[in-house]
Amino acid sequence: MDFSLTEEQQLLQDSINQFIEREYTFDDRKKFLDSEKGFNEENWKTFGSLGWLGMPFSEDDGGYNGGPVDVMVIMENLGKGLIVEPYVPSILLSGKILADLGSDDQKSNYLHSMISGEKIVTFAYIEPQSRFNLSDCLTKATVSDDGYVLDGYKALVHNASASDTLIISARTSGNQCDEKGISLFLVDANAEGVSLRNYSTIDGGKASELTLENVSVSKDSLLGEIDEGFTAIDNAIDLATLGICAEAVGIMGKMNEMTLEYTKTREQFEQKLSQFQALQHRMVDNFMHYEQSKSLLVMCAAKMNDNTEDKKKALASLKYQIGLSGKHIGEESIQLHGGMGVTDEMQIGHYFKRLTTIRTLYGNSDYHLSNYASL
Amino acid sequence: MYNDVVYFALNYKGVLMNLSFSKEDQEFQQEVRSFIEQNYPSEIKEKQDQGIPLSKEDTVKWHKILNDKGWLAVNWPEELGGTGWTITQKHIFQNELAAANTPTLMPFGVNMCGPVIYTFGSDEQKEFHLPKILNGDIWWCQGYSEPGSGSDLASLKTKAEKKGDVYVVNGAKTWTTLAQHADWIFCLVRTDGSGKKQEGISFLLIDMKTPGVEVKPIITIDGTHEVNMVYFDNVEVPVTNLVGEEGFGWSIAKFLLAHERTGIAGIPSLKRELDRLRDITTQIQVGEGSLKDDVMFMSKLDRLEIKLTAAEYTELRTLAAMSAGGHPGPESSILKILGTDLQQELSDLFVEAVGYYAHPFMTEEDLASNESRIGPDFAAPVMPHYLNYRKVSIYGGSNEIQRNVISKAVLGL
Ligand SMILES: Cc1cc2nc3c(=O)[nH]c(=O)nc-3n(C[C@H](O)[C@H](O)[C@H](O)COP(=O)(O)OP(=O)(O)OC[C@H]3O[C@@H](n4cnc5c(N)ncnc54)[C@H](O)[C@@H]3O)c2cc1C
Ligand SMILES: Cc1cc2nc3c(=O)[nH]c(=O)nc-3n(C[C@H](O)[C@H](O)[C@H](O)COP(=O)(O)OP(=O)(O)OC[C@H]3O[C@@H](n4cnc5c(N)ncnc54)[C@H](O)[C@@H]3O)c2cc1C
Repeated sequence: MDFSLTEEQQLLQDSINQFIEREYTFDDRKKFLDSEKGFNEENWKTFGSLGWLGMPFSEDDGGYNGGPVDVMVIMENLGKGLIVEPYVPSILLSGKILADLGSDDQKSNYLHSMISGEKIVTFAYIEPQSRFNLSDCLTKATVSDDGYVLDGYKALVHNASASDTLIISARTSGNQCDEKGISLFLVDANAEGVSLRNYSTIDGGKASELTLENVSVSKDSLLGEIDEGFTAIDNAIDLATLGICAEAVGIMGKMNEMTLEYTKTREQFEQKLSQFQALQHRMVDNFMHYEQSKSLLVMCAAKMNDNTEDKKKALASLKYQIGLSGKHIGEESIQLHGGMGVTDEMQIGHYFKRLTTIRTLYGNSDYHLSNYASL
Repeated sequence: MYNDVVYFALNYKGVLMNLSFSKEDQEFQQEVRSFIEQNYPSEIKEKQDQGIPLSKEDTVKWHKILNDKGWLAVNWPEELGGTGWTITQKHIFQNELAAANTPTLMPFGVNMCGPVIYTFGSDEQKEFHLPKILNGDIWWCQGYSEPGSGSDLASLKTKAEKKGDVYVVNGAKTWTTLAQHADWIFCLVRTDGSGKKQEGISFLLIDMKTPGVEVKPIITIDGTHEVNMVYFDNVEVPVTNLVGEEGFGWSIAKFLLAHERTGIAGIPSLKRELDRLRDITTQIQVGEGSLKDDVMFMSKLDRLEIKLTAAEYTELRTLAAMSAGGHPGPESSILKILGTDLQQELSDLFVEAVGYYAHPFMTEEDLASNESRIGPDFAAPVMPHYLNYRKVSIYGGSNEIQRNVISKAVLGL
C-alpha cells in the first residue's frame, strides 16, 4: 500500500503552490474578482501552458493522460489558493463530456482550444426544480429540418458570461425525471434566443440564469447519441465531485492552518488564545475532521476507475463527509477568530464562503447519504 | 401554537406549578393582537415579510408607535414609563410582536443605556436622557470592545483623563454596531491605570458630534456595513457625563451584560422563523413533489423544535425566578448559548432548504431593489442571514465566555 505522490505529481503540486505564492495573493485575487469576467484570463492561459488544463485528458485528445489522483492534486492545491478560474465548469464538466462523447470534429473545434486555455465552455444542467437530481430535466429540444430547437431554463450556470460555448442538457424524449431521453448540445453563447442574467455568487464566483427561447442549433451540435446523454452527465458530475471535494480538503487544511496561526498570535487575559484548553480541543477536532476528509478523498481518488458501485459508494461517502466537515471546520474557524472572523478584510471568511457553497454543490450530505444507503 | 398554551414554570421555591392563561391574560393577548393589526404600518410589514432591510426611519417609526402606546420600555419601572406587566403579560407581548414579524428595535437605548441611567445616573442625566431614549429621538450605540480587548473586556485601554470640568478621551473602540447612525455612545473608559484592571474603569456618555470622534466602517462577510471602528482623538467630554462614580464602570457593565443576555435568546422570533421554514418546504419543488416529503430534512426541523421548546421553558423558568425577586444572573448565560445555537442552526437549515438558490450573492441593495430576485423570493435573504448570524455566538460575550461564566458562577469550578 502506498499513499505517496509520484515525482511528477509532487512537481505539479509544487508548481501550483509557487504560482499561488507569486501570482495569486489575496490582493491579486480581489482584483480578479472585480474584473468583468470575474477571473484573470492570463492566469487561465498560464494554466494551459503549464499543462494543468490538459491533465485529465488522454494524449489523443491533446491532454497529458492524468488520472483522478492528478485531478485531486490540482484541485486540492487550487483550493488552498482559493482560485476562482473556471477549472470545474470548463475542464472537469464540459471537457470531460467532450472527451467522452465528442466526435473528432467536435474535439478539434472545442476540446483542443479548451485545453490550451483559449476557449471556455460551461455546462448548463441545473434547473429550478431539479435540486440534485441529474435526470430531472424539463428543458426541451425538438427536431427541426436542419437540426434542433431548444426551449427552457437553466439555473446557476457557472461562468456562463465568460464562456464562448455552452453545453446544454435537454429532454428529447421521456418524462421529467427519466434518465433516458436526455441529450446534450453544443450551443454558441451568442446564439439567438439565448439570454443570460448574470450575477456574482457568494463564494466569489460568477454564474447566470439562462433562458432558451426557440434556440436553433445544427445537427452536428448534438454530442453523442440522441436520448443517451445521461451517462456522460453522470460521469462528468462524478469527476467534478471528486474535484470540489479535493478543493474543499485544500480549503479546510488552509483554514486550520490560519486558525492555529491566529490563536497563537492573539492574546486575551494575558494568554495566547491557543493556551486555552477549551480552544485546543476545538482545534484538535478540526484537525481530526480534516484528516477524515483527506482519508476519504484519497480513497475515492483511488477508486474512481473501479466498477460503478464501488466508485459511487466512495463518492457518496466522500461528499457526505465533506458536507459535515465543511460545516464543522468552516463555522468553528470563524468562531475561533472572534469578531475578526466575520470581517470581509480577513481571508478566513472567504475560505468559509467557498467551503459553504461546496457543501451544496452536486448534492449536500443528506443527498449523498441517501445515495449511499441505496447502493 | 402557544396562543392557548398551558405552560409550566418553576417558582422560586422550585415547586412545579401549572399555569394557564387567565381570562385577563387572554383579553390582554387579544388587546395586543388588535393593537398590532391596527397600528403596524403596512409598508414596514411588507418589507419585513420579504426580507428587505429596514431603514433607520422604519425602525424609528415603529419605536415611536410603541412608545406612544406606552408599550416600549416594557421592563422599566412604571413611574419612568414602564408597563408594570406581569411576566405572563410580557411573555405574551413578545410572542405577539414576533409572530407579527414587527421590527427588532435597537436594544442600545431602551434595554441597555436606559436601565443604566435610571439605576446609576444623576438626576440631570435621567431628566435629559430618559425621555429621548423613550421617544426615539436619540439613538445609542455601545462602545465596549476594543481591538485588543474583546473577551477580556476589562483590559480596555481607551483613556479618559480628567482636566478641569472635562474628561479628555483618547483611544479606539471596535465592532460598534450601527455607530454610523448613532447620536450618542456609552463607553467604558479607563480613568485609572494603576491597581486591578477592573477597578480603573468608568462609564461615560459621549455625544457622537463632539469634535475628535471619528467613525469608520467595517464590512462583514455578508457584504454589509453593520459595525464600525470609533476613534477618539482628544475628545472633551463634560465630567457631568460620567455615570456613577469614577471606577464604578465595571460593576455597571456587569449589571448591563446580564440585561443584554436575557433578550438575546430570541425565542419568539425563532418560533416564527421555524414556522416560516416549514411553510417554505411546501413551496420548494423537488422533482414532482416538494421538500416537505423529504423525511431526512423534515426530521431536522422536528429536532430543532424540541430544542427550541427546551430553551423556551428554560427561559420561562428563569423569568419566573426573576419575578419572584431574583436578578438575571448567570442563568442568562444559559439562555444566550441555547438561543444563539438555535438561531445559527435554523439559519443553516434555511440554506439547506433552498439548495442552489442560496448561492447568488444578494447585497442589501439587491434585496431592497425592485428588480426581481434570482430564484424564489424567499431564497434571496437566506445566505446573507446565515453568514451574518455567525456573529451571534461571538457578540454579547462569546459562547465560550458564557460557558466560563456558567462553570465559575453556577457550577462553582
Ligand atoms: C476498562 C479499562 C481498562 C483499562 N486497562 C488498562 C490497562 O490495561 N493498563 C493500564 O495501565 N491502565 C488501564 N486502564 C486505566 C486507564 O488508562 C485510565 O483509566 C486512564 O488513564 C484514565 O485515568 P483515570 O481513570 O485515573 O481517570 P482520570 O485521569 O482521573 O480522569 C478523569 C477524567 O478527567 C479527564 N482528564 C484528566 N486529565 C485531564 C486533562 N489534563 N485535561 C482534560 N481532561 C482531563 C479524563 O479524560 C477523564 O475523562 C484501563 C481503564 C479502564 C476503564
Ligand atoms: C457583528 C458584531 C457586532 C458587535 N457589536 C458590538 C457593539 O455594538 N459594541 C461592542 O462593544 N462590542 C460589539 N461586538 C464585539 C463583541 O462583543 C466581541 O467580538 C466579543 O466580545 C469577542 O471578542 P473578540 O472579537 O475580540 O474575540 P476574542 O476575544 O479575541 O476571542 C476569539 C475566540 O477566542 C475565544 N476565547 C477568548 N477567551 C477565551 C477563554 N478565556 N476561554 C475560552 N475561549 C476564549 C472566544 O470565545 C472566541 O471564540 C460585536 C461583535 C460582532 C462580531
